[in-house]
Amino acid sequence: MDKLAAERPAPGGAGPYLDLVAAMVRTGLLGYGGGPSVIPLFRYEAVDRYGWMSDEEFGEILALANALPGPIATKLAAYLGYRLKGTAGATVAVLAHILPTSIAMVGLLGILYALRHSKVVEGMIDAVRPVIVVLLGLMAFEFVQKAGKGLGSVPALAFGLAALAALAVADVHPALVILAALVYGPFHLRVAARLKEWRERRGSRRREGPKP
Amino acid sequence: MNWWDLFWGFLVSNLLGYGGGPASIPLMQEEIVHHYHWLTNSQFGDVLAVANALPGPIATKIAAFVGYQVGGWTGFAVALTATIIPSAAALIWFARILARYRQSPAVKGMTLLVQPVIAAMMVVLTWEMGRDSVRAIGVGQSLGIAAVSLWALTRWRIHPALVIVAAFLYGGLVLSHWI
Repeated sequence: MDKLAAERPAPGGAGPYLDLVAAMVRTGLLGYGGGPSVIPLFRYEAVDRYGWMSDEEFGEILALANALPGPIATKLAAYLGYRLKGTAGATVAVLAHILPTSIAMVGLLGILYALRHSKVVEGMIDAVRPVIVVLLGLMAFEFVQKAGKGLGSVPALAFGLAALAALAVADVHPALVILAALVYGPFHLRVAARLKEWRERRGSRRREGPKP
Repeated sequence: MNWWDLFWGFLVSNLLGYGGGPASIPLMQEEIVHHYHWLTNSQFGDVLAVANALPGPIATKIAAFVGYQVGGWTGFAVALTATIIPSAAALIWFARILARYRQSPAVKGMTLLVQPVIAAMMVVLTWEMGRDSVRAIGVGQSLGIAAVSLWALTRWRIHPALVIVAAFLYGGLVLSHWI
């Protein structure tokens, strides 16, 4: 049995599949504005609405997904489905997410072609963008808090600003920044422990005074 | 119909397309228009314009249409498979490895380090999308819609889906007259 799917025993029957399909169809239909727009939507479904995973896990998966090529939405959908119901779940999740719009591309082409410069569609997309900004902003805020709690405020701020500088100023590709974090990550706990030790030793030396 | 060409064309453009949607578009154009001549440049442009009227990832929308054009429903399936499966499988594979070693200090360290990076990424995305919004509909509308959504989401805990639908209605019925 796949280790991931076994971690959280899913209730039997069609229940979880129906929830999965509902969540994937919702995110698939509301994801206007490209890749980043669906991220908060996926998070809402997976973490808040259904509690299929923790925020920590979502963050990890998001990082991994960004370190890989390909459309973010289908990667996330596949992972979510797999997490719940193995390979079958992954297939169902992806299909539920993309089939409605994929079939619309094929079937409604005439209508869509007439609509392609429509002001109504443009208005819809323009009005949704600020909502996505808010969702992304809320997510940013929560991850900032998480980082602070996990690493401690000072290291979190340091790493966060470094990442921000790399992404926004130096224009480093997000995948590279994530890879850097993943490469350093395994050493971090040891480094942090060493630093703590060093600071304590310095502190106690100061208290005791120079050794005779 | 050469199914392998169809598969390969979409496989390559999506594997090399780092950075999501916009990054893979020129690669897909290269394969679809210049390499395999499945569409002309102007047809590709039309497909892009049409695709923007729909939600969802641009890569799958294009793959669905071109696949169908070129090879019927089989082509539809082939193109979508090439687009989706490799990266999805890779993610699941890496995630399983991570899960197996979840308790190790190495993985714990990675989880911790990734959080400020994701936070920074989200800040950048928020900023960029905010800037795009102001460019499209101005500061007033952007702030107004953002304020109402923020209130609806946090104070009233309304499902984001409903907030988005409300925004759609506002945009389609009201905003469309001003742009």
